[in-house]
Amino acid sequence: MQERVQNAEAAEFKVIGTRPIRPDGVDKVTGRARFGADYNLPGQLIGKVLRSPHPHARIKRIDTSKAEKLPGVKAIVTSADFPDQPSEFVPAGELLINYRDLVRNIMAREKVLYEGHAVAAVAATSASIAKQALKLIEVEYEVLPHVIDVDEAMRPDAPLLHEDMITAGVDPAPNTPSNIAKRVEFGRGDVAKGFAEADVIIEREFKTKPVHQGYIEPHACLANVSEDGQAELWVTTQGQWVVRAHCARLLGWDVSKIRVTATEIGGGFGGKTVVYLEPVALALAAKAKRPVKMVMTRDEVFRATGPTSGASMKVKIGAKRDGRITAAEALLKYQAGAFQGSPIGPGAMSAFAPYDLENVRTVGYDVVTNRPKVAAYRAPGAPISEFAVESVIDEVAKAIGMDPIDFRLKNAAKEGTRAAYGPKFGPIGLIECLEAAKAHPHWSAPLGPNQGRGAASGFWFNVGGETTVQLQLNEDGTFNLVAGTPDIGGLRASLCMMAAEELGIEPSRIRALIGDTASLGYNFLTGGSRSTFSGGMAVVEAARQVIAQACARAAKLWELPVDAVTFEDGKVKPAGDNAGKHEPLGFADLGRLAGKTGGPIVGNASITAHGAAPSFGVHIADVEVDPETGRISVLRYTAIQDAGRAIHPSYVEGQYQGGAAQGIGWALNEEYIYGEDGRLQNASFLDYRMPVASDLPMIDTVIIEVPNPRHPYGVRGVGETPIVPPLAAIANAVENATGLRFTELPMSPPRVLAAIEAARARGDKNLKV
Amino acid sequence: MAKHHIAFTVNGDPVEVLCETQQTLLDVLRDELELTGTKEGCGTGDCGACSVVVDGRLICSCLMLGVEANGKSVETIEGMGRGEELHPLQRKFLEHAALQCGICTPGFLVAAKALLDRNPNPTETEVRYWLAGNLCRCTGYDKIVRAVMDAAAEMRRA
Amino acid sequence: MRYEAPETLEAAIALLRSESGEARVLAGGTDLLVQLKTDLIEPQLVVDIKKIRELREVRREAEGYRIGAAVTGAELKEHPELKAVWPGVIEAANLIGSTQIQGRATLGGNLCNGSPAADSVPALIAAGATVTVAGPNGRRNVPVEDIVLGPRKLSIARDEIVVSFLLPPRPPRAADAYLRFIPRTEMDIAVVGAGVNLTLGEDGRVTAARVGLGAVAARPLLVPAAAEALIGSALEEAALAKFEEAVRAACHPIDDKRGTREFRIKVAGVMARRAAQKAYERARSR
Repeated sequence: MQERVQNAEAAEFKVIGTRPIRPDGVDKVTGRARFGADYNLPGQLIGKVLRSPHPHARIKRIDTSKAEKLPGVKAIVTSADFPDQPSEFVPAGELLINYRDLVRNIMAREKVLYEGHAVAAVAATSASIAKQALKLIEVEYEVLPHVIDVDEAMRPDAPLLHEDMITAGVDPAPNTPSNIAKRVEFGRGDVAKGFAEADVIIEREFKTKPVHQGYIEPHACLANVSEDGQAELWVTTQGQWVVRAHCARLLGWDVSKIRVTATEIGGGFGGKTVVYLEPVALALAAKAKRPVKMVMTRDEVFRATGPTSGASMKVKIGAKRDGRITAAEALLKYQAGAFQGSPIGPGAMSAFAPYDLENVRTVGYDVVTNRPKVAAYRAPGAPISEFAVESVIDEVAKAIGMDPIDFRLKNAAKEGTRAAYGPKFGPIGLIECLEAAKAHPHWSAPLGPNQGRGAASGFWFNVGGETTVQLQLNEDGTFNLVAGTPDIGGLRASLCMMAAEELGIEPSRIRALIGDTASLGYNFLTGGSRSTFSGGMAVVEAARQVIAQACARAAKLWELPVDAVTFEDGKVKPAGDNAGKHEPLGFADLGRLAGKTGGPIVGNASITAHGAAPSFGVHIADVEVDPETGRISVLRYTAIQDAGRAIHPSYVEGQYQGGAAQGIGWALNEEYIYGEDGRLQNASFLDYRMPVASDLPMIDTVIIEVPNPRHPYGVRGVGETPIVPPLAAIANAVENATGLRFTELPMSPPRVLAAIEAARARGDKNLKV
Repeated sequence: MAKHHIAFTVNGDPVEVLCETQQTLLDVLRDELELTGTKEGCGTGDCGACSVVVDGRLICSCLMLGVEANGKSVETIEGMGRGEELHPLQRKFLEHAALQCGICTPGFLVAAKALLDRNPNPTETEVRYWLAGNLCRCTGYDKIVRAVMDAAAEMRRA
Repeated sequence: MRYEAPETLEAAIALLRSESGEARVLAGGTDLLVQLKTDLIEPQLVVDIKKIRELREVRREAEGYRIGAAVTGAELKEHPELKAVWPGVIEAANLIGSTQIQGRATLGGNLCNGSPAADSVPALIAAGATVTVAGPNGRRNVPVEDIVLGPRKLSIARDEIVVSFLLPPRPPRAADAYLRFIPRTEMDIAVVGAGVNLTLGEDGRVTAARVGLGAVAARPLLVPAAAEALIGSALEEAALAKFEEAVRAACHPIDDKRGTREFRIKVAGVMARRAAQKAYERARSR
C-alpha cells in the first residue's frame, strides 16, 4: 500500500504530484534504450585489463613485448602512459578524490594494493585475442604481507600500504607513517558531564562488512580519438563532466578536446561517480588510432571497483529515566580500501543527526586496507554509523522501559535544532515521520511466534551543486529540455513535470534529453540526491526565463509595454486596462512567431543550487527467525520518509523501496568474503547475495511532505535516505524476535544460529526463541 | 579456427550468422545481430538480464552457446510489442513505474511473459519465485510484481 | 575449441575416445558455460549430447521410470506423472537455480559436474536411482551414490557418458522429499541438502528408508545409519533424535564461503529431519 501525507498548506498543482508515464519509458520496455555496452563503432577494438593476483606487492618489472607481437594487438598501456599527478583533492560526488591516488588506482605504479588492481591494458581486434595478449604480459611482483581488516590495519605493526601516509587531523602529527589517513571529530558540549548525569548508559561495539552497490550493469565505455586529439567517449556514468575532468587531467589533454556522452545508466548508486576504464580506453584509442570498447566482467566489477567501507565502531548513549538523552558518543573506524577516502566524514556527521543533543562527540578514522578503493554508495557512510546508533537507541529505550518510537520522538531533531554535525535545521519532517510510523497499522499489527518488529530512523543531508539546463521553445509550441545529470530513476519525468507546471502546459509537450559535455555548461554529477532538487531549480528558472521572453515578444507584437502583459495558464495575454484587446498567445503561436520577433526563445539556467534540505525517514520491519537454522525472513516492511514535495510520487516511492531493499540485503546476507590470501572469494552474484524477488515482501511506503522552503516546489532530495534505516530496523526486529542483539553485519544464518545456541547454552534469560 | 554457420529465427525472422564456438547466444544476439536489448549483467546465469525464450523455453542466453541455436526459434525483448502496440506487460511496467534504471527490464519482461504464457493466473508468491532469477537493484521488486499481476488480470479479461 | 553435436551415442563415445586434448560433454551447459566463462577450463572439444534421442526421453518401464540424462528440470516438472510418484526427486531437480536455469539444467549434468552440493543428487540417492553408463566397452548400471568420488571427480571414464537414470518402481505407501538450506529463498547453492525416501507398512511404521545428503562431505552421501534409525518407527521424537544424530555423524563438511563446518552439521540434522517428516506425511496420505 502506498500513501501520501500532505502538508496542510499544500498548494494546488496541475502537474506536480500526478503520475504521467515517464518520457524515456517506452525505449526501456522495448529494449531500444542504449546503455554503456550497447554502443559500437566500425573498426572498434576490444580492450581488456590485466589485473594483479596479489593483494599487496611491489611491481619490479612489466614486460609487454611478447604481447605486442601477437597479431591483432594494436595498443598496450601501462602506468608509463599516464603522467604522475601531485596530491590534490577534488570533489567526486559526495566524497573527495586525490589525483595522485586516482592515477594509481586506474593503473598501478609502484605497487599493487589490492587483488584486481589494474596493471596493464590491451586493445586488440577481438576479445579472445585481447585475453590471449594479457597472458603474454610478464609482470614480476615482490609479494608483500597484506592487511584486510580495519582494526588490524590500524595496529602499529600492520603492513604499511603507503610509506608516506601520516595521519591528518591529529595534532601533533605522528612522526611515523601508518595506515590511518585521517582523523575527524564532530560534536559539542561535554559528553563526560552528560554521561555522569545519565540514569542509563548503553555502550556497544559493532562491525560491518564492505558491501557493493550491486548495479546490474557492469562498467562500460567506448572511446574514439582522432589523430588531432579530438576524443569522444560514450560511457555509463553518473557524471559526464566529472568523467571529462578526470580523463583530461589524467591524460594531460585539454578539457575541450574530450566530449563525453552519458549513455543510459544501468544503476550507479554512487559507484559510477568515478573512473576506472575510461582514461585507459582513451589512452588505448589514442595509441591505436581506432575506437576502443571496454566492458567489465562481473568478476572485475567485484574485484576492482569500489564497494563501500567495512567498519568497526563503538557507540555509547546515556539517558535519564524520563527519556532525555544526556550524552552520545561514537568512535567510527572506516576502511577506505587501497587509497584514502572512505565516507568517514559524512558517516560521522550523520550518525546522531536525528537527535537534539547537547552533549555529543563523534570521532572517526579513515583507514587504508588492501581492498579495492571505496566508492560512494547511496548516503555514503550513513547506513553504517546510523546502524550502530539506531541499535543503541533501541537498547536505551528498552532499558528505561520506553516505546522505541516514543523515545525517538522525545529526542527528535526539529526545525531550529542545532544538528549534531553543526548547522541549524530548517523545517524538517522527522517528527512527522515518527508520528506516521506510530499511527501506521503496521506498528500495531499482531505478531506470531518467532516474529519480531523493529523501527529505525535515517537521515541524509542532500546536496545542490552546479547545474545547467536549457529549455528550447520549438516552432510548433513543443519544448526540448536539455539537462546534464544522468537519469538514474525517473528524472526526465520529474523535470518535464516541473517545466510543465511552470509553463502551464501538458508534460507530453516537453521532451527531455540528457546532454553531453559539449551541449551544456558544467553539471555536477547525479548523486547526493540532487538531480530532481537542483535540476528542478534550474528547470524552473529556465522556464521563468522562457515566460519572460514570451511576454516580451507578445508585448512587442502588441506594441504594449512589457508590464502590460501577463502570463496565465500557458498563454500570454494583455493585462489590466488592455485586457481583451488582443487574443492570448500560446506557445505554438510564440514559437511560430519567434523568428520574426527576435529569434529563438530559449531559457538558459546555470546555477549552483543551494538550499538543499535534509530528508528524514523512519522504517518499520517485521521479521521471522527460524531458531533451528538462523534464517531470517522479512515478512512486512514500511518505509516512511519526508520528500518535501513529491513531484512524481511513483518515482519517489520507487526510491524508498529500492533503498530499503539494498539495506535489507546489507543487513542480512551481503558481504565481501576474503580468504587468508587476501583474495575475494565471492566475486559473483551467486555468492554475493543480493535480495531476489522471493526474498522480499511488498514494501509499503508513506510519503510525508514537509516542503523545503528553499526550493520553488518544496522538493527535498529523496534518493539516499531510504538505505539508511533498514540495517537497524532489521537488527531491532531480530532483537524483538529473539531477545538477542546482533552487533555484527550481515546477520547471516550461521551467525544467528551460533548466537541462539550460545544463548541457550548459557541459559540466557533474554532468549525468546 | 573456422566459424560455425548457424541459421535460426529471431522473433520470427530468419537469420544467418557466423560465430566462434565460445560465443554464447547472448554474444551472437548482441555482437553479430546487433540486438542489444538483451543485456549481460553477469555472464554466468545469476542475474537474468540476458533472458530469452528458445523453442518456447525461458533460459539465460549467456548459458547457451550460439552454435546450439541452429535451427531453433529465439524470442527476445525486441519481439515483444506488436508493431505499434505494446504488450500489456510493457504497458503495465510503464504505468506502475516498475522500472527505474531499466537495465533489468528486458529480462523481467521476457521472463514475466514466459510465466503468463504458462500460468495466466499466478499468485504473488508464484510471480516472485518464477522471477527469482531476475535481479533488480533499483526497485525492490514491489512495483514489478504489481505490474505483472495487473497485466495478468488484464490479459485474463481479454 | 571445437563443437560437435552427434546424433548417436556411439558417435559421441567415439568423439570422446579419440580426442587427445581435453573434451567435455555438454548437456544443459549451466555449469559448463560458467566454467568456460570464468576460465576454469579450456577444453579442445565440446560434445553436445542433446541430439541423442535416448538421452532426451522419459519412459515408463516395468522397472520404473527411465529419465534420459539430458532431460531438463523444466521438462521433468511438466511431466504428467513423475511429480506424483517422485515428488522429492522432482522438487530437488527444480531447486537447481532459477526458472531460467531450470529451462536447461539436466540430471545428468547436475550429477556429472561432480559437486557435492548438487541439488538433485541426494534425492536420487534416497530414491535408490541407478544410472546407465555407456562407453566403448558397452553399458553398465551404477547406483547414483557411486558416481561422484569427490569434487569434480567421477567414477566414470573420460570416454563414458551417463545415458539415463532409472527410478525404481514404487511400492504402496512410499514417498520421498527433498529439502535444502540456503541463506536466501532462491538462487543459492545448497549449504546442506537432504533427501529422504520412506516406505510405510499398513500400520504406518517405516518399513524401508533411504537417506541422501549433499554439501556435507566431499561427495553426496548415502547414509544407511540414518535410514536404520527410522525403521520400525512412526517418526516419534526418540526415533527422530537418533536419526538426526546419525545424520550429523555422517557429515564431514568444510568451511567455505557458503557455510561453516559447525553450521552445516547442525543444519544437516534439521533439514534431514524436516525432509523425513515431509516424506512421512506424503507416504501417509497415499
